[in-house]
Amino acid sequence: MNLDWSQIVPYIPFMLEGIWVTLQFVIVSIVFGFIIGTVLALFKIGSLKPLRLFADVYTSMFRGTPLILQLMIIYLAVPQLTGYDISPFLSAVLAFGLNSSAYVSEIIRAGISAVDKGQTEAAMALGVPYRQMMIDIILPQALKNILPALMNEFITLTKESAIVSTIGYLDLMRRGQVVGANLYRNFEPLLFVGLIYWGLVMVLSLLGKWVERRLSKGD
Amino acid sequence: MINVEHLYKSFGKNEVLKDISIEIKQGEVVSVIGPSGSGKSTFLRCINLLETPTEGNITVASVDLTDKKTNVTKAREKIGMVFQHFHLFPHLTVLENLTYAPLKVKRISRAEAEEKGLALLERVGLSDKQDAYPSSLSGGQKQRVAIARALAMEPDLMLFDEPTSALDPEMVKEVLDVMKDLAESGMTMLVVTHEMGFAREVADRVIFLDQGLLIEEGEPHTFFNNPQSDRAKDFLDKIL
Repeated sequence: MNLDWSQIVPYIPFMLEGIWVTLQFVIVSIVFGFIIGTVLALFKIGSLKPLRLFADVYTSMFRGTPLILQLMIIYLAVPQLTGYDISPFLSAVLAFGLNSSAYVSEIIRAGISAVDKGQTEAAMALGVPYRQMMIDIILPQALKNILPALMNEFITLTKESAIVSTIGYLDLMRRGQVVGANLYRNFEPLLFVGLIYWGLVMVLSLLGKWVERRLSKGD
Repeated sequence: MINVEHLYKSFGKNEVLKDISIEIKQGEVVSVIGPSGSGKSTFLRCINLLETPTEGNITVASVDLTDKKTNVTKAREKIGMVFQHFHLFPHLTVLENLTYAPLKVKRISRAEAEEKGLALLERVGLSDKQDAYPSSLSGGQKQRVAIARALAMEPDLMLFDEPTSALDPEMVKEVLDVMKDLAESGMTMLVVTHEMGFAREVADRVIFLDQGLLIEEGEPHTFFNNPQSDRAKDFLDKIL
């Protein structure tokens, strides 16, 4: 055993900064993915065939290829095609957001189908227009049912976000590697960022439990 | 109030309603009875277009619902419906269930919606439950809230789809009492029911469906004591 924690002390602020860098694009990706995912889910349950087809093909493409490949295509291949020099941040948000939306759309679709059909009928019988019914009656009930699955997706996204280290984005993971390379010691910095990831996920889980409790007030 | 002409409804190859025609006047209370699978629920659901008729015309309060140009969502505001399984909104309180549609569809003020909601809760005897969630109510209470929710839109007529069939026996009366009170207030009502007592006492008219056909209709006293068709006789023999 030759562990020496004192060596990473000067690098701690540098690594801690990575928390914010990671959180920044993870939060944007989650929100972006959730919005697109909701729209895709509505396409999937809607009556317009072209939209349904689009959503299905979209989902199968983003679920059927590796996330790291999608990230590389957006960061490396798109500039070659368009000449637009895309930033690592935008690439990351696009890759993670679009990828996550495919999973989220399936979760939400399942959640909507699980809401009792009578709820739709009751709302229709009261003369509530479709859009309003979805927003006020169906989605709140669907969200309650799918919260654990949704939380799972957000946790996965938070951890998988480490993949952006491959495009040179200075996130938490990348910072751990940088410190390891500087010190020629990898165990301490990697364990350190590992603990931070774990802490982040714990906070997310607790947040999920809290929301779940709040939503179950009608039970 | 309701005018149904030559209504047909099929689910795939299965013909559920065959050439039903009937006229229901303002303030009339009509009970629809018949064996299970006779199409009585489908008939009721056609009247607010929860089921789309395959053929035929339905006019409610001088609005032709089967005309493609009719805004069905708008027309439904005037047609209250009560379901067998209540279908209250579980994430809203009792009072919110009552005020939701008036607020969001009719766009009346919150104060007015709540005032009307509370008055309706009092009418169905549930004033003390305004802040409760549906899951904490008994079946009979849920159904009374469901009736109040439909009434909150101030409909021209009310459809009841087996409103007491999912209730424990001791709760049937409280719901029927509310319906009786409603009938006495002059509401036009179309009630699919297995409660022959209600059909006999409250209804102005009984219509009997079997295998998608309107077999017999008439004033309750005559229908129950002296049914004309064999099928109605057979049905009444089984249940009375």
